Amino acid sequence: MTKNFFAPLFIGVFFIISCISQENPPEVKTPDQSKFSTETLVDGIDIPWGMDFISENEILVTEKKGVLYRVSNGEKAKVSGLPEIYQRGQGGLMDIALHPDFKNNKVIYFTAAVHLEGEAGGNTALYCGELNGTSLSKLKLLYKGKPNTKKGQHWGSRIVFDDKGYLFFTIGDRGNRDLNPQDLKRDGGKIYRLNLDGTIPIDNPFANQEGALKAIYSYGHRNPQGMTIHPKTGEIWENEHGPKGGDEINIIHKGKNYGWPVITYGINYSGTSITEKRSMPGMEQPLYYWVPSIAPSGMAFSSSNVYKKCKGNLFVGSLKYKYLERLVIKRGKVIKREKILDDVGRVRNVKEGPDGYLYLGVEGKGVLKVVQR
Amino acid sequence: MKILFGIMGLFILFEVTTLYQKKPLKQSMTDGEEIYQDFCIQCHLDTGEGVSGVFPPLAESDYLLNNIEMSIRGIKYGLSGPIEVNGEEYNGIMEEQGLENEEIADVMNYILNNWGNEFEEIITKEKVASINK
Repeated sequence: MTKNFFAPLFIGVFFIISCISQENPPEVKTPDQSKFSTETLVDGIDIPWGMDFISENEILVTEKKGVLYRVSNGEKAKVSGLPEIYQRGQGGLMDIALHPDFKNNKVIYFTAAVHLEGEAGGNTALYCGELNGTSLSKLKLLYKGKPNTKKGQHWGSRIVFDDKGYLFFTIGDRGNRDLNPQDLKRDGGKIYRLNLDGTIPIDNPFANQEGALKAIYSYGHRNPQGMTIHPKTGEIWENEHGPKGGDEINIIHKGKNYGWPVITYGINYSGTSITEKRSMPGMEQPLYYWVPSIAPSGMAFSSSNVYKKCKGNLFVGSLKYKYLERLVIKRGKVIKREKILDDVGRVRNVKEGPDGYLYLGVEGKGVLKVVQR
Repeated sequence: MKILFGIMGLFILFEVTTLYQKKPLKQSMTDGEEIYQDFCIQCHLDTGEGVSGVFPPLAESDYLLNNIEMSIRGIKYGLSGPIEVNGEEYNGIMEEQGLENEEIADVMNYILNNWGNEFEEIITKEKVASINK
């Protein structure tokens, strides 16, 4: 009798434990949610993909469907002069970044899905232009991924600058994981490095490799939609959408292969396996991977003192679970994960402003400032 | 006389080909599955179950099956604001995906005839074309 009673109980307990342990540690905690709140900087933007700060009171924000806003004291004005944006699936107008010397030269960079030449479909392109008020001129195409494809997925895309005068930007695998990410002759699934004028640095890792695309800096990526510079080390930190259960944080090093789709911690959306391999010689391991996936898009370090006990922490937006994640990292390991602003909305972008506050691009809302109570 | 038969023959051939230009449901569903895998699966998931409170389900979804035109309009032009699906409220944004009318018809046919869904009418690209913002 007792045996019959306990057997299902044990099975139940075992089941619960095995479910819990499926989360890749550290387990995400949900502390008191009243510690943080948000203030709206600008509203009425469907998918605020990219943003950059002209000053404390003025920002540029992209809306994925193809609108660039110049926002001054909360008032948004449309910028004219964009190229024709190819809207398909996850692609549209994406990231934006001010030239490091924007104050003097008024140059901005942005990435967009475009259809330019021959074949049907589109791919991710990097442009620069000169911004005067709300007018964009001297538009210049700096890079365009090839070939065009009608696939809707994985366009990237983020832009960052390091402190050595280079620009980095990402293109996702464009829905062709079998061909693109591991082939240096093909675009897609790559992080690219250019000089600020769009030329290719002569010491790029594959600059002398025959047939390789010389703008490539690292490869084997799936869909990098978060990228930022570490405030102390100057390293490039990136996050990318994996398949089901394979979202990653990586530190990007010159010429390295990050493994997709040969190695991954994720599986197909259908639950079937992509590969049994989690690691391989010559391929980088992620600094952290999320199981379950949170769908990370946008990330930033908090380098200021405006928040208590957050200096040096990494903040990542979750599109899937609609919160901001705070990650404490020690000696190259994530030791703590916390949900901040649970249910704030689909967080598309995270940036630290010149005032030291964190700003979020939240879908259906706009840009929100994170404040601590 | 021979010429007349010839012309008649051509006419019949023409009629038959136009009649059968309409894509059969099976083909449309197969093409629709490809679109689904490409554009929809990230949010609505593999078997259309969605994510409770975040992405509405498509499988046995009362909103979908009772609002065919609204659903097509949503795929064609985007959908945002609060909707109720199977008793649960959703307030998200589905962006316009940039799909062609035929692709929208195909993916609708795939969704409407899968995961426990059944729908009598075949959605055609003409039907999609007739739906305005």
